[in-house]
Amino acid sequence: MHSKYSDRQYVIIAIFTFIILIFLARLSYIQLIDDQYKLTARNQAFRYMTDYPARGNVFDRKGKRLVYNQAAYDLMVTPKQVQGIDTNDLCKILGIDKETFLRRMLKARQSPNSPLKQSVFEKELSVENSAILNEKLYKFPGFFLQPRSLRKYPNPIASHLLGYVGEVPPEMTDTSKYYKNGDYIGISGLEKAYETSLRGIKGVHIEVVDVHNRPQGSYMNGRYDTLSVAGKDITCTLDAALQEYGEKLMQNKIGSIVAIDPSTGEILAFVSSPSYDPNLLIGSTLPKNFSILLQDSLKPLFNRALMASYPPGSTFKLVMSLVGQNEKVLFPETSYYCAGGFNYGGEKQLKCDAQHGYLTLQPAITHSCNTYFCHVFSSVMSNRKKYKTMEAVFSSWRNYITSFGIGVRLNSDIPNELRGSLPTIPYYNKVFGEHRWKPNTIISLAIGQGEVGITPLQNANVVCIIANRGYYYIPHTVKAIDRNENDPSLQRFKEKHYTLVTDTSYYNIVVEGMSEVVKSGTAAASQIPGIEMCGKTGTAQNPHGKDHSMFVCFAPRNNPKIAVAVAVENGGWGAEWAAPIGSLMVEKYLTDTITRPLIEKKMLEADFVHHKIISKEKTEHSE
Amino acid sequence: MSREQKNIFQNTDWVITGLFLLLLLIGWLNIYAAVYNEEHRSIFDISQKYGKQLMWISGSLIIAITILIIDANFFTAFPYPIYIASTLTLIAVIFFGTEISGSKSWFRFGDFGIQPAEFGKFTVALALAKYMSGMNTRIADFQTRVIAFVLILLPAVLIILQKETGTALVYTAFIFVMFREGFSGNIMLGGFFSILLLISALLVNKVVLVILLAVIAVVISFVIWMNSRNRKKAKRYIIGVFALLVVASSSVFGVDYVFSKMKPHQKVRINVFLGKDVDKDLKKKAGYNVNQSLIAIGSGGFSGKGFLQGTQTKYEFVPEQSTDFIFCTVGEEWGFIGSAIVLLLFLALILRIIFVAERQRSSFSRIYGYGVASILFFHITVNVGMTIGLAPVIGIPLPFFSYGGSSLWAFTILLFIFIKLDSNRLLILR
Repeated sequence: MHSKYSDRQYVIIAIFTFIILIFLARLSYIQLIDDQYKLTARNQAFRYMTDYPARGNVFDRKGKRLVYNQAAYDLMVTPKQVQGIDTNDLCKILGIDKETFLRRMLKARQSPNSPLKQSVFEKELSVENSAILNEKLYKFPGFFLQPRSLRKYPNPIASHLLGYVGEVPPEMTDTSKYYKNGDYIGISGLEKAYETSLRGIKGVHIEVVDVHNRPQGSYMNGRYDTLSVAGKDITCTLDAALQEYGEKLMQNKIGSIVAIDPSTGEILAFVSSPSYDPNLLIGSTLPKNFSILLQDSLKPLFNRALMASYPPGSTFKLVMSLVGQNEKVLFPETSYYCAGGFNYGGEKQLKCDAQHGYLTLQPAITHSCNTYFCHVFSSVMSNRKKYKTMEAVFSSWRNYITSFGIGVRLNSDIPNELRGSLPTIPYYNKVFGEHRWKPNTIISLAIGQGEVGITPLQNANVVCIIANRGYYYIPHTVKAIDRNENDPSLQRFKEKHYTLVTDTSYYNIVVEGMSEVVKSGTAAASQIPGIEMCGKTGTAQNPHGKDHSMFVCFAPRNNPKIAVAVAVENGGWGAEWAAPIGSLMVEKYLTDTITRPLIEKKMLEADFVHHKIISKEKTEHSE
Repeated sequence: MSREQKNIFQNTDWVITGLFLLLLLIGWLNIYAAVYNEEHRSIFDISQKYGKQLMWISGSLIIAITILIIDANFFTAFPYPIYIASTLTLIAVIFFGTEISGSKSWFRFGDFGIQPAEFGKFTVALALAKYMSGMNTRIADFQTRVIAFVLILLPAVLIILQKETGTALVYTAFIFVMFREGFSGNIMLGGFFSILLLISALLVNKVVLVILLAVIAVVISFVIWMNSRNRKKAKRYIIGVFALLVVASSSVFGVDYVFSKMKPHQKVRINVFLGKDVDKDLKKKAGYNVNQSLIAIGSGGFSGKGFLQGTQTKYEFVPEQSTDFIFCTVGEEWGFIGSAIVLLLFLALILRIIFVAERQRSSFSRIYGYGVASILFFHITVNVGMTIGLAPVIGIPLPFFSYGGSSLWAFTILLFIFIKLDSNRLLILR
């Protein structure tokens, strides 16, 4: 029998098929096109456990450990899993009261934390607390200890150079693929510069959790897990003993010492005073101590060796003698008369310290005669046989100066290097008007005063150039990465950088002058028995107070092994403080013994900070 | 009248039986995957749901064979007594049933329970087939329609009284059976548009909606007027259109009243389904299931995470993962491929049932066949639609997949009575 409405079966078949097709379309959308569900699924069911690698250690040039890691434990809590624990017992171990406990639990539950997620309950437990807790942890479900590693400085030296490690700033975690909230990163100094070598590579372990955040084992038997790679050890160029000695000499003084091995450009000591104990800027104590140090009026956080700018003074005279010779307007026998000052522009006079009478180049260097170098500067700037205009000669002079690493960054491996200051043509055009400035207008440059500023690091580098008779290696702080001195990132420190003055004979007269400074000149009191040291004292005018005491030197005269630049702020004469300190540094490094205990005692006891309390004592220690 | 069958499997439709067994197997494996845990690895472990489900499956196979043994005439002769017995059970459960999470639809015997509502479906299908295939029954008669609707609605109302609204909704599936037997298609169309209208009324500004309806009415009237030669007839149509407009408009405004009378959880479910702003906490609860279900299925991707590798379903992110949300396990572990195969297997089963129904010489068997196809279709549509966010959350099981004895046995009885009727198709005339 054929039903009357038999055709209606096709309508029904069409409806049924159509709806199944809609379902297939919907499935293809959510399963094949839209990715959000895959992401959400991963976030929900996977817990990515980071396997933190140990950060690399730092050693000094002799293999002495400067920085290493100490284990610390954070007590973590997952509030939802905390059930029926003896709160009093836990509070007693941690040394907190019940209110604090409840407050922290509340914090762990609230956004951005969550009852289902782990968050920090107490940071960096003491060793004994974590040991006690570890044994009793089974009694406190929902709590667990997360291993962390903190930096430790066995000898509290070189804090400015080593820098410190802290939590990654939030703005960085947003952009970085590597860093996550709560990770540590090198924030300054060597820790920052060599971050990628030191940090290693994080590993990840994927654990599957159920809806209650209970772990259910590793995902796919760890097929997608990665192992962490430990950070590389770094061998620093510092000589820990010399560094420590330099910091002692600079105690109760404001200033800096930079010591470089001229034959390699390796920084042997890098002292900025006042300093601080690097162990203060560790882990959870960092923010509090940092703000205390920041408020200190002596600015212990300020890296003076790298970022303070002083008038180059006498160092500049040395450079001037080289430039003059190279320009063939100055010869060893060139003689000028000093009547106590250099007269220019009619009435004006640039004063000299004494009336030196007639002087040739070498004695002028030894006695640091202002008048003589004004004449030198004037003759360089007035060399119209070679240069048509003032701009041309100034530009040429400026190129000489920058080739000595003055007024430019040296591109060392210490972050935040200061450029210092060296005036430009546009600057003078702006101040005096175009074609309105003459050699005499800018005569103070002759003796390194005025608009020129140099950092202690640059200062030491100029001494290296003179010690090497014409070239320098970029000053650097790292000797080897992972015991490899030929690491690609260190190759740039093996290159000689020549100045525009290349004739070694020009340098020899300067060296002779510097040698005489120590033998018979201003630094005669700082002679080291048995070592021929070449030096130059300086007194940088300070408009804000007592002059700064400055000294640069290198030794021995032939095949120099160390070049030092010392600055003692408000110390007055260079010969009085900076020169003895510099000579002690040289003696200590070259002979490892001090033959002049009286001078050493005087230097150690000198106090230019007076009543000001040393920052170290003011800050709370982490212990 | 009837000849003896040589064996019970003679003339059994092996396509339907084969699809049934295949779906049963896939369903069981998915329950295993959904509740699998390391401590009870054996799929036969009776303490776990998969072990229990195997017992239900064995039971259902025994039931299937029993049905094939019973004389087909039993089903054609006794639909009314069966229907009455089922109705009495449905009433009894309201008074003597065990209350489980707000609804009173279970008889419990120790660890096991029976849900009469599940068995109501095949009794209605049988009764409807009996009534509509009657000698003197003509669908055109008003009386016939009323009696047919009463047959369908009586158990539905009783089930609503048990607070199992979802199960009661299944009975609307019989509209397809009625349509096939000559019931006006306009009713189906009208029903479709009413649902559309109600949803729109909840979603958009009611005044705007009424104005829109009025504009449509005016346009239709204009078209009728311009295209008709018989002005008198056209006038009648136009009056009809405006009468409809009045009914539609008043129901648009009536929706709020009906909505306000609903239970809170129903309101929230409807609002979540419509994507409306709901109080955050309520939304979390009601939207949670669907969202987790979408995440599980969506994360399956093209080929799925592999058998027993699902994380969302296995680790209880998806609630009810072995019962109402069992399709999530398919979607997560077998991906688009697996989900599509399962859906196409279901479609194949339903289309085969329709094909077999159409080859019946007896209208009783045909009507019953359509009943089977419609009920299965409704369950699949609502259940799968819910898991992929295309239907509101209505807790009804996925045939042969969802964990549970009552529904599995009820579907087995429903299907195998049809297979039995078909195997006897050469013997049954009416």
